[in-house]
Amino acid sequence: MKADSETPDTFPKLLMHHARVRPERPAIREKDLGIWQTWTWRELADEVRALAAALAALGLKRGEHFALVGDNRPRLYATMAAGQCLGAIPVPLYQDAVAAEMAFPIQNAGIAIAFAEDQEQVDKLLEIAPQCASLARIIYDDPRGMRHYAKDKLIAYDELLGDGRKRLATDPALVEREIAKGSGADTAAMFFTSGTTGAAKGVVHTHASLIEPSRTAAGLERLGEQDVILAYLPPAWIGQNIFSVAQAYVTGYCICCPEAAETVMADMREIGPTYYFAPPRVLENLLTQVSIRMEDASRVKRWLYRRFMGVANRVGGAILDGKRVALLDRLLYGIGDLVVYGPLRNVLGMSRVKVGYTAGEAIGPDLFKFYRSIGINMKQLYGSTETAVFVCIQPDGQVKPDTVGPAVPGVELKFTPERELVVRSPGLFREYYKNPQATAEVKDREGWFHTGDAGYFDADGHVKIIDRVKDVGALADGTLFAPKYLENKLKFFPYIREAVCFGHGRDRVCAFINIDPEAIGNWAEKRNLPYSGYTDLAAKPEVYDLVRECVERVNTDLAAEPEIAHSQIHRFLILHKELDADDGELTRTRKVRRRYIGEKYAPLVEALYASRDTVHVEAQVRYEDGRTGTFSADLRIDNARTFAPAAAERAA
Amino acid sequence: MILAVENVSLAFGGVRALQDVSFDVKEHEIRAIIGPNGAGKSSMLNVLNGVYHPQKGKIIFRGQEFRAMESHRAAQLGIARTFQNIALFKGMSVLDNVMSGRNLKMRCNFLQQALWVGPAKREELVHRRAVEEIIDFLEIQHIRKTPVGRLPYGLQKRVELARALAAEPTLLLLDEPMAGMNLEEKQDMCRFILHVNDHYGTTVVLIEHDMGVVMDISNRVVVLDYGRKIADGTPEAVRNDQKVLDAYLGVAHA
Repeated sequence: MKADSETPDTFPKLLMHHARVRPERPAIREKDLGIWQTWTWRELADEVRALAAALAALGLKRGEHFALVGDNRPRLYATMAAGQCLGAIPVPLYQDAVAAEMAFPIQNAGIAIAFAEDQEQVDKLLEIAPQCASLARIIYDDPRGMRHYAKDKLIAYDELLGDGRKRLATDPALVEREIAKGSGADTAAMFFTSGTTGAAKGVVHTHASLIEPSRTAAGLERLGEQDVILAYLPPAWIGQNIFSVAQAYVTGYCICCPEAAETVMADMREIGPTYYFAPPRVLENLLTQVSIRMEDASRVKRWLYRRFMGVANRVGGAILDGKRVALLDRLLYGIGDLVVYGPLRNVLGMSRVKVGYTAGEAIGPDLFKFYRSIGINMKQLYGSTETAVFVCIQPDGQVKPDTVGPAVPGVELKFTPERELVVRSPGLFREYYKNPQATAEVKDREGWFHTGDAGYFDADGHVKIIDRVKDVGALADGTLFAPKYLENKLKFFPYIREAVCFGHGRDRVCAFINIDPEAIGNWAEKRNLPYSGYTDLAAKPEVYDLVRECVERVNTDLAAEPEIAHSQIHRFLILHKELDADDGELTRTRKVRRRYIGEKYAPLVEALYASRDTVHVEAQVRYEDGRTGTFSADLRIDNARTFAPAAAERAA
Repeated sequence: MILAVENVSLAFGGVRALQDVSFDVKEHEIRAIIGPNGAGKSSMLNVLNGVYHPQKGKIIFRGQEFRAMESHRAAQLGIARTFQNIALFKGMSVLDNVMSGRNLKMRCNFLQQALWVGPAKREELVHRRAVEEIIDFLEIQHIRKTPVGRLPYGLQKRVELARALAAEPTLLLLDEPMAGMNLEEKQDMCRFILHVNDHYGTTVVLIEHDMGVVMDISNRVVVLDYGRKIADGTPEAVRNDQKVLDAYLGVAHA
């Protein structure tokens, strides 16, 4: 779709545009009572129009915020659009947040009207109502369990809809007049970023800043009205709004709401989306399920799977990228497609996927390669709430497991001397709501947004993200040291659960390793290697050999990247205990607390750098029943081979 | 009043399971039967839906008097139940199990159903819709097509409740609906029972061991001990009753 003066510049205008040009095409589907129900663009527009009329009568005004709490439901999205028709600003909130977490956004934005999906969400809103003086009305969709609730604040969605239809009957152009008043520069929506770093901030996006990047990206992937997507991630997340609202409104494609969170897999198989997004965590779970089911399959199936996954692993990615592949391999891949890859794609619900994105965290190369090798066009992208997602996308044919691709057209990128990625794009947010100080901290005078992510351009001009800027350090010789990048590379091996790398201000990099007790336990069982527990297993020379191989493979990789070739891991030890959030070594979201670990195990770190072969540890251990005991042992420290940058390149 | 039990006595040979028990159940209430092991709770439930025939006493259901209830009669009258040790068709899917709860409401004969002709098809669609509403109500959509035998215990209990609800009962008898469940499953089950009671207006009689649950959700409680009724009243009253405390905690022989 080309942008010209005729192109609708706000979401309500886009909605009415689709209701005119493709009235009978599906806009939203929802599985209700076991049957997929379709709302066409015309039906959606009619419902939104009536709702908007009722919301106006309820007192929702231009520029006012309103909240939405619930799962992906057509009625949630209809309410969102209805408010936008009036120039009000939707603030979707995370549906699994506890009540207390919802209080801040509601107070911060002075929200008077909230949409709640069901009793669970209504209860949460009523719980915080005493602290939120502004909250006057709660619209609820599913009335179950609320028959005896006091009705002063509550209003049923159906009632609202009926009221709106009556109002429209007397003044049919009511909503159209309001829609016409809106323009692309108006605020379209506000998203609260999760408050992992301080208090939550409301990210303010205009219609233009959501529509522009969505349109560009949709053009890049040639998305159109025939496409279908499954809306299964939280509506409060920017990505969900881009994929299930903004891009749907731009292209006119259909979004499908699953029946319940637990049915997503089955619903996906029924719908067969053509456009797909999943964070690496979800992709990993899917692969695990496949692997587990394959283990239980018959011998013939297992053999077929192993045999043809080998073929896919070798040539699948190249075939997808349209590269030259030997005829015999092509033939083998063709057979594999019939007997393994096709059925597998079908089980995953990905038979029709044209484009699949993954983003959010680093994805393991093997995991990524698995999806691409069976013919699913999985790609990485980079972005954040503040950039309306699309900053970098891997173009077809240029997909690499360790980069996020080049900048999307229209996006300017550069790296500061501190290696921080800064972005200027049409998708940039306007500001943090009522927080000019925070806005000024990340958005400079020339309009560059500081992402807080460190990285660099690789040889092909693709962006490679390595770590958060605040965690990036330098070795004693001044070369870059990005601990998380190294730790991720180590963790991609199934045998390594956690890794902690040290090197800031040192002459070389050393690491603590936590083995994965299940993976290594299995490995040990297959080799008839007896062990009594984690500590015993971790101290086995065979395990040390296995881990050393992993470390050395990481080193080979690193040697091939001139920017960080100096960060090769020289020495490592396997910790005698698993890092644990209860001991303060991990955060609750399982991120390693590097500095704390460095201080807690200072003697171990010193031993790594003192070129000793063993180190004695004595540690307090807290058992699960609350008792404490002491543990003492000699930990082995092992050396790993490192490679000269040039030599590695020749070897590769 | 929907149900009254008057002077019911039941004996198996020399074992007197119930002795002269009387109580009533009001329309739309949640009535709990509690008591130590072997107190006669399940026997009471079995008398109510006609599995056991008491030697003495009578049952009055919606003004009709019965010397002994018959199982098929109970079902026709709108009494449905779940069992302490789950009685589902393990090899059948959840959907089929719940569908089987509507058996009494199906009018087409065997031949029509086998041939899948007009009326049978229409009828099945109507029943399927009713069943889907229950599936939605109890939030078991994700296991709709799963064979019951593969489900964890807590979910099987929920499926059994779904099947009982499919019969659109006016009186629902639940035999230890929360036995063997973890805390979260118990909370879910409580929520479902309250919703059923509220939404469909179903009267519920339940046997339960978890005192917290009983106190939370029931309107009135009957306490049985060695086949006799020893207390009857609101949860608060029953909790403070000396006879009940003695039955549960034992009597001190000082």
